[in-house]
Amino acid sequence: MTSRFRHSALIMAVLLMAILVTAGCSSAPTTGGANELSGSIKIIGSNTVTPLATVWAEDFMKVQPKVSIAVSGPGSGPGIAALIDSTADICQASRAITAKEIDQAKAKGVNPYEIQVASDGLSVVVHPSNPISDITIAQLSGIYTGKITNWKEVGGKDASIVALSRDTNSGTHVFFKEHVVQMAVLPTADKKLEYGPKVLMLPSTEEGVSETAKNPNAIFYPGLGYVSDKVKVLGIKKTANDSAILPSVKTVLDGTYPVSRPLLFYTNGAPTGASKAFVDYCLSSEGQKRVIEVGYVPLAQK
Amino acid sequence: MAMIQQTSPGATATETPAAKTLRGRLRISEKLVEGGIWLAGIISIVVLLGVFFLLLKEGLPTFTHTSPGEFFFGDKWYPISEPPRFGTLPFLVSTLMVTIISTVIAVPIGIGCAAYLSEVAPPKVRETLKPIIELLAGFPSVVMGLIGLLLISPAVQSMFNLNTGLCGLTASIMLAFMSLPVIVSVSEDALSVVPDEFRQASYALGTTKWETIWHVCIPAALSGIAAAVMLGVGRAIGETMTVLMVAGGALAVPISPADPMTPMTAAIASGIGNAVRGGLQYQALFAIGLVLFIMTLIVNLFADRVLEREKRKFARV
Repeated sequence: MTSRFRHSALIMAVLLMAILVTAGCSSAPTTGGANELSGSIKIIGSNTVTPLATVWAEDFMKVQPKVSIAVSGPGSGPGIAALIDSTADICQASRAITAKEIDQAKAKGVNPYEIQVASDGLSVVVHPSNPISDITIAQLSGIYTGKITNWKEVGGKDASIVALSRDTNSGTHVFFKEHVVQMAVLPTADKKLEYGPKVLMLPSTEEGVSETAKNPNAIFYPGLGYVSDKVKVLGIKKTANDSAILPSVKTVLDGTYPVSRPLLFYTNGAPTGASKAFVDYCLSSEGQKRVIEVGYVPLAQK
Repeated sequence: MAMIQQTSPGATATETPAAKTLRGRLRISEKLVEGGIWLAGIISIVVLLGVFFLLLKEGLPTFTHTSPGEFFFGDKWYPISEPPRFGTLPFLVSTLMVTIISTVIAVPIGIGCAAYLSEVAPPKVRETLKPIIELLAGFPSVVMGLIGLLLISPAVQSMFNLNTGLCGLTASIMLAFMSLPVIVSVSEDALSVVPDEFRQASYALGTTKWETIWHVCIPAALSGIAAAVMLGVGRAIGETMTVLMVAGGALAVPISPADPMTPMTAAIASGIGNAVRGGLQYQALFAIGLVLFIMTLIVNLFADRVLEREKRKFARV
């Protein structure tokens, strides 16, 4: 019995050593031959950018099979936190880094370098059976602060509104708060406005879209890439007198859609090695073609 | 080698050097195992104390910027605003509400199931069902969350005619499912150690099976069942992923179970990702963790007490 125990303990120890040794071997990005790249890139951040980064990563790994890219999307906030703590090579973000976060990064010797990789029209979606087809920013602000609680107040049927939002991890949460809830683009802008306490804070964009597709009274704001035909996209009016604009590649690019935003990558200093090659691919015309396929808005052609 | 074989028949009376070393080796390995077990025991205590001190160290500084009154009774949670507000009353109320409702749902079903398994079911059925129920306890909570999202939340919404199915009630139902295996398993153990004489005496008085279960077996096993309920409650309080997915995540203090809400675990999970280490939100989340830790500790200590009493009771019988 004891010898068998000692045997298995020995085997376990050897296995453990083997695992530790191989784990230690995963190397930092290095350039091999002329075109052969190898290494691993860890991308963490925005849930909005995840579908796009995943497609890019798959394409890139087909061309450079020795590079492995891992994409995860807990939200822009955790992504930037990971960049500051140097646990991510690239942080994907759907909002700009704040001055406070830059200070925190500098304090840890990290120098955030911003690259815009695409644009997004933040879409406001409702259940397909909802009769309304457009909404003003002031009305949206009213809904999300809790002042407007019934669809009939914005021209819909007599039913209470279920306002869905992302949680505070999300760059979309922050962007929507600044630009819609606090109405940054309007003269009535008020920095003191907050999401109302009855707003549902959801952990992912997928959950918001699927709940909107099921719930006739729901309203949600996903990035363009998450819009499907199971939900109805509302036209946005800057004020009641403006015409309603639907989010699309054209309206985002020419700036007429009122709630569009850049999708960003952050790296520690300008990217090098495999990360640089990956970012270059994302910005190439081929990479930008994929942006439209995923549903976002490519960068303007220069 | 050959020498040992020769002497081995008579080795029982006088010990050979080889046997001595064997005994010595055994003694050493015995010592090793004892030491290993001691280490394992110490490690778990050290880890527990470590977690507690970490929570104290990271969480207590919250009260330098938020008064305890504001922290426990404030209903405004705006961690990323300027200035941030850290009122955790909505989370505390949500956790209590969700836990109490899930317990109310799970306890009758759990005890009923345990009584069936222990008193009514034929041995074959019991032997097949019990492991299956215990297997349920190992269900990943994210899977339970998905089931809640796809099946239970639409059902709850249409059944109670609610605005949204993502609410405390859906979370409570899922938590009830998740705490059932513990309640069933521990209650069944408690019922099965009730001495058979009790049942025989009851039947001798002419009672029916139901009367025997209700008036004799369950009262006799009550402290064990109480411990089972406490363990179930502990499971429900601490569960995170499922409530994060189905409870709705609203930040208001819930008035009814049908309101969307954010229990403490969900608040920590959804906030910790973008909380900068050592920042104000980070401290506040750790303080919530501390409160949660103390709550589960009290529940578990209570369960332990009750279980201990159960053991002593039947030691006498």
